[in-house]
Amino acid sequence: MAEDIKVIVFKLGSEEYGIEVEKVQTIERMMPITRVPKTYSFIKGVINLRGVVIPVIDLRGRFGIQEAEHTDQTRIIIVNVNEMEVGFIVDSANDVIDLNRDSIDTPPDVVGGIKAKYLDGVAKIGEDRLLIMLNLTEVLNKSEIVQLESLEG
Amino acid sequence: MDMNQYLSMFIDESNDHLQSLNESMMGLEANPEDISIVQVIFRSAHTLKGMAATMGFEDLASLTHQMENVLDLVRNNKLRMQDFIFDTLFKSLDALESMVEDITGGGEGKADVSAIVSSLQAIVRGEVPAAAGAAAEVTAAAATTGDAQISLDEFQYSVLEQSLQEGHQVLYVDVAIRKDCQLKAVRAYMVFDLLERSGEVVKSFPSVQDIEQEKFDYGFSLYYITQKDASEIQRMILNLSEIDKVTAVALDQESLSQMAQEMSAATAEASPAAPVQESPASAPAAPAASAAKEENGKSAPVRTGGAPSRTIRVDIERLDVLMNLFSELLIDRVRLEQLASEVQNGDLTETVEHMGRVSGDLQNIVMKLRMVPVDTVFNRFPRMVRDLAKSLDKKIDLVVTGAETELDRTVIDEIGDPLVHLLRNAVDHGVESIQDRLASGKSDTGTVNLRAFHSGNHVFIEIEDDGAGIKPQKILQSAIKKGIITQEQAAAYSDDEAIQLLFAPGFSTAEVISDVSGRGVGLDVVKSKITSLGGNVVVYSTPGKGTNFSVQLPLTLSIIAAMLVKIGSEKYAIPLSSIVETGIVKNTQIRTIHGNRMIEFRNSHIPLLSLSKFYAVPDFDESTEEETEIVVVRKGERLVALAVQDFIGQNDIVIKNLGKYLPEVQGISGATILGDGQVALIIDPNAFIK
Repeated sequence: MAEDIKVIVFKLGSEEYGIEVEKVQTIERMMPITRVPKTYSFIKGVINLRGVVIPVIDLRGRFGIQEAEHTDQTRIIIVNVNEMEVGFIVDSANDVIDLNRDSIDTPPDVVGGIKAKYLDGVAKIGEDRLLIMLNLTEVLNKSEIVQLESLEG
Repeated sequence: MDMNQYLSMFIDESNDHLQSLNESMMGLEANPEDISIVQVIFRSAHTLKGMAATMGFEDLASLTHQMENVLDLVRNNKLRMQDFIFDTLFKSLDALESMVEDITGGGEGKADVSAIVSSLQAIVRGEVPAAAGAAAEVTAAAATTGDAQISLDEFQYSVLEQSLQEGHQVLYVDVAIRKDCQLKAVRAYMVFDLLERSGEVVKSFPSVQDIEQEKFDYGFSLYYITQKDASEIQRMILNLSEIDKVTAVALDQESLSQMAQEMSAATAEASPAAPVQESPASAPAAPAASAAKEENGKSAPVRTGGAPSRTIRVDIERLDVLMNLFSELLIDRVRLEQLASEVQNGDLTETVEHMGRVSGDLQNIVMKLRMVPVDTVFNRFPRMVRDLAKSLDKKIDLVVTGAETELDRTVIDEIGDPLVHLLRNAVDHGVESIQDRLASGKSDTGTVNLRAFHSGNHVFIEIEDDGAGIKPQKILQSAIKKGIITQEQAAAYSDDEAIQLLFAPGFSTAEVISDVSGRGVGLDVVKSKITSLGGNVVVYSTPGKGTNFSVQLPLTLSIIAAMLVKIGSEKYAIPLSSIVETGIVKNTQIRTIHGNRMIEFRNSHIPLLSLSKFYAVPDFDESTEEETEIVVVRKGERLVALAVQDFIGQNDIVIKNLGKYLPEVQGISGATILGDGQVALIIDPNAFIK
């Protein structure tokens, strides 16, 4: 029997995603973001999180989904991966659930247009809820972005 | 027990002890007769050994233990310090340092130190290599204990020799008594008693009297004549209780004569009754270098220990957290002040004002916590200069002043390497060789002054030598030869300007570049490093009198004065240190040369760059305006004008980095948090000047 893990659930569009709770520092409401020029378009800028300057990524932009207007529900999830502190802008975040590792399946080739490499797996909750587990290390991996851009250029 | 939680403490304390060991050893080298320094060294080494053993770093502990053995003899007046011993002890310190470094890097602290250990053991046994003037030492030391010792030795030697010829066994026996033994003198007596039953003890070290009075350290050696063989004697002694180890070696004619010589040295040193200072023979025997140092070394500060430290250690990261929390508090204070002014309640306003003052004071204290005395960098220099001077065969006195001057931690971390370079320079090229010094009528010992002092908002660190100085003409010639300047330019250079050419890239005046340094080689690197810290370095030199490198450093790196500017809805900070001036230009004054926009600035044309275009600011474009605000920034000699929308004003800002995810952004050197909690980016002026 595999162990239970706690997962923060957030939404991008109609999809539900999960990040292990240990990797999440805090979830913040939308706050003023200072644009940082000359970086990738999905890096929205930096915020002042209690005295620490933290870069913020629009997760929609990172996954190549159409970016959306920010609403009351928009949240910034601050994660800490490999000593990198980064904020993710997501459409909403309002759930913490327990998940059994056994219930996470390997990712299918394509889920909602997001490359499979960003995914750790897909978990089925209840009858018809699918939760996409994110592979944060890949999401924050920049070397692959550079390759992409040079290909496009 | 999990030791990892103590590891960082262990590393910190080990480094402290190693540092104090280094310092004390230097002090002892200057004053070899000062036993109180030896006590300090011994205590430090002992603590270090204990800590290393507790943490399970056996190699470290055992090497320290060997050092202790030597030091113990010294502090009990059984061994006189001399060059060879100093060198070995310094080598041990180096080995210990590299072990601790290994541990810091996550290693086991293991190292092959067998060579050093055997040297240390040899010293304890009283063997000192003949090359280190041992012969002189032996005679000198022997003379202090009277002729009786020497004749006795000859007598013993002949007795032993005869015994051998008569077919007896001559054994050299080494006995170690267990450390927890309560009555070691009694144990020793039992060993002697046992030995006397089946042979004759000819000579023991320490002497029998000393052993009886417990004046020995858990071990003794003796020459023994018997009919039994070595292994049997060994077994017999081991049968006694509380005996740790016994080695009995059978001697032949050859090894006997060799041993006898060592023994004479050992016995001489073992005699505590002979105060070394009174020996007239010891002065000429003492190495010349230490004798020279004695004269001016007396004033050298020696940490005598004892005074309890009134400081605590704080992780620098915790201080950063404290700073961050503090800037949060400041932001809230600004909000409170705003609200109070809206509410117009007297009590509230008063409280908020008081809070403002308190938080101002608090900010000062938090900033001061980050200040570290330059001593932490300086303290490794005396040792370095000593080693350098030795390897270059020069006599150099390093005089350190103002070591208590404080600098921000971030500056301290960066300044070490440039200073090492300048010091090496001073020792290698600044101070002349002994012959040259004497020839020019100076004393044979060169002086290198290393001083630090505050002046205004800066700290100055000066490295001054009393050497030959720098000849401007030589530098100009060399610069012309290397194509750095032309013949015509050279004619216009003043002496001072010529000397500053030392910092030009690719410059060197050293005819022979030694392995230590070539004057000029790498000085450009020193200069750029110091400039990158927001400092400056200049050199003054008087031919024949010496050279002075003066390094100017900002007090802190984390807070700088900056000009805040507005471009559209965005705010940027430009470091004041790189701003030449600000101004306004009319559009009609802007010219286009080769497609580049230029403006006239003090009789020359400098490029005009649009920050809004460079940073792609979405809501501003100055091309629609008639007048443009400009900030002229500088990198070295080159200038560029940056077009902005408006000046907000000058402010002290706290520099923060953009985090690990965004290590480098073109044209941005960091970020800061403004009073309203907003993040403003700091412009890196160097990015505009290529």
